[in-house]
Amino acid sequence: MNKLTTYTIKELHKIYRDKLLTPTSFVDLCLQKVKQTSELNAFVTVTEDEAENHGVESEKRFYIDKKSRMLDGITFGIKDNFCTSNITTTCASEMLKNFVPTYDATVYARLRAAGACLIGKCNLDEFAMGAGTVDSIFGPTRNPWGYDKSNDDWRISGGSSGGSAVAVSSGACVAAIGSDTGGSTRNPAALCGIVGLKPTYGLVSRYGLIPLVNSMDVPGILTRTVEDAATILNCIAGPDFLDSTTIKKEFDPVSITDDFDMTKIKIGIPKEYYCEGMSQEVIDTWRYVADLLENQKAVLKSVSLPHTSVSIAVYSILNQCEVASNMARYDGLEYGFRAEENYSTEELYASTRSQGFNDVVRCRIFAGNYFLLSRNYDKYFVKAQKLRRLISNDFKNIFNGDDHVNILLTPTTLSDAPLYKDFMSKHNRDQCAFQDYCTQPANMAGIPAISIPIRLSKNNLPLSVQLMGPFLSEEILLNVAKRIENIVKFPAVAL
Amino acid sequence: MKFKFAFITFCKVKYIQILSRNIGGKVPTTPVNTLEKYQNKKVVVDKNTLNLLERLSLVKCDTTKGTKVLEDSIAFADKILHINTDNVEPLYSVLEEENLHLRTDKVTQGNCQKDILKNASITEDDYFVAPPGNIPLQDIKAEEICELTK
Repeated sequence: MNKLTTYTIKELHKIYRDKLLTPTSFVDLCLQKVKQTSELNAFVTVTEDEAENHGVESEKRFYIDKKSRMLDGITFGIKDNFCTSNITTTCASEMLKNFVPTYDATVYARLRAAGACLIGKCNLDEFAMGAGTVDSIFGPTRNPWGYDKSNDDWRISGGSSGGSAVAVSSGACVAAIGSDTGGSTRNPAALCGIVGLKPTYGLVSRYGLIPLVNSMDVPGILTRTVEDAATILNCIAGPDFLDSTTIKKEFDPVSITDDFDMTKIKIGIPKEYYCEGMSQEVIDTWRYVADLLENQKAVLKSVSLPHTSVSIAVYSILNQCEVASNMARYDGLEYGFRAEENYSTEELYASTRSQGFNDVVRCRIFAGNYFLLSRNYDKYFVKAQKLRRLISNDFKNIFNGDDHVNILLTPTTLSDAPLYKDFMSKHNRDQCAFQDYCTQPANMAGIPAISIPIRLSKNNLPLSVQLMGPFLSEEILLNVAKRIENIVKFPAVAL
Repeated sequence: MKFKFAFITFCKVKYIQILSRNIGGKVPTTPVNTLEKYQNKKVVVDKNTLNLLERLSLVKCDTTKGTKVLEDSIAFADKILHINTDNVEPLYSVLEEENLHLRTDKVTQGNCQKDILKNASITEDDYFVAPPGNIPLQDIKAEEICELTK
């Protein structure tokens, strides 16, 4: 059974060909795993019927039609902020608890078209606002690393795509889709010991992804291996007629080679990514990977991205402004929760929104509207957008010119997975300010980034690093990540 | 003699460790000084502004805790206001250099009335139903706030 936590797409396809397992039997194993690990609370909805139907379809294509697709028999989970027709999509909020979309998100549609089998919808922080998957109306998601039933405290999964990360690391599915606005895919991937890829903004369609911050949201990929992340990316990336913010250029599938030439790769170590509060173990892991890459003959050098330290504050302004605007759609009339209130339309709106949103969402709407007041608009919102350009220019300067580097190597998180009780002692904004320090700059600039697990901490928890590259540099990122992965041989969680 | 040998070996090992640390010398050894600057004055949002925000946000139940969180958010944002951004254009979209497509102005979807109405809690004769409009939000009085927070 423990093999479930290590199977890769390639291995599974070989196993299907050898008939050691079939897609339907594998789907059943995954569903069993979901039940066994239900205490981790990775799923909001387990789509048992869909999983079985999709498994049967895959099996037919595999053995009868002999025309199998890229992801036939590959189980996956998708964060519950992606629309799936006829399957509830809740955003882990009272507001959308009973919302049943009538259409599919493009990412979901493409995975299905490639033959993948849906195991369930994954837990998240309400409307993806968080860094721990602790603010969900369905309760928090628990990290399988270090989990002990008899202990009343446990490690957080990270967030906001914590359900997706736990589903993959615990072996309930082979891959999962998350969303990444400020690190929501890379952060839980790092804390759960799996690979988390945030593609270039506009490379993967946002159609059907319930928006948090439109100018930064991207669908993210969570898998156990770098190669699987590349395979999933190849199935979901590319222009989408239904999302005008996808890049129009045809997508060239990425390919990963074991003999990737590292001598041509120049890697920058940005000094600003060592911030106050970062654990020594994280720094040591960062240094360990830097040494390892130097041994692989890559060229390393110290670089500077001077505006990094203000990025998190700028991000928080822009996030709250876009949230205030995005959340305006929830009024209780057309869909979603509706309060019992008949005095006036405005009263209905206000009651609905007060009861339907948790306090994190309400506070972000409040703060966003404060920054957007006409007297504050230039002072905060425009100022933040200007600083956003400086942050983005920092990256452009590093990736271009004579003295450029190809990619950047940084930590992903500031520590290993915190204990739930410790994490809950902080307010949501402080949780995010701490957890998103290294991840949100990539969203500000729209560039791709990947988190890969490296080794275990003293507490036996995963420690990870992050690679970032210029626009559309997924192929280089994935190849370098693959080289690191081959060397560090990070273990699967023992359940 | 043995002790001396042990001591020299120890020194050598230490030396090698220090050397190997220097290989990874590109990774910084101290945290960076932040550019953020805490403003010393305390942020206070007055009652009028709170009322305005409540009307704009259409979210009720503005509690003491809510006000505190708002003031903290503003203080958090204030840390970056001192940075010079003269002659810098705002960056609204990271795809500003890309041509984004506009679809032709043709109807491609439709006949989905049932689907659209499906998720509404209350409908009547294929309409969404709303209570009377044009009535401004009632001011929430302090006592009521206390009630709501209980």
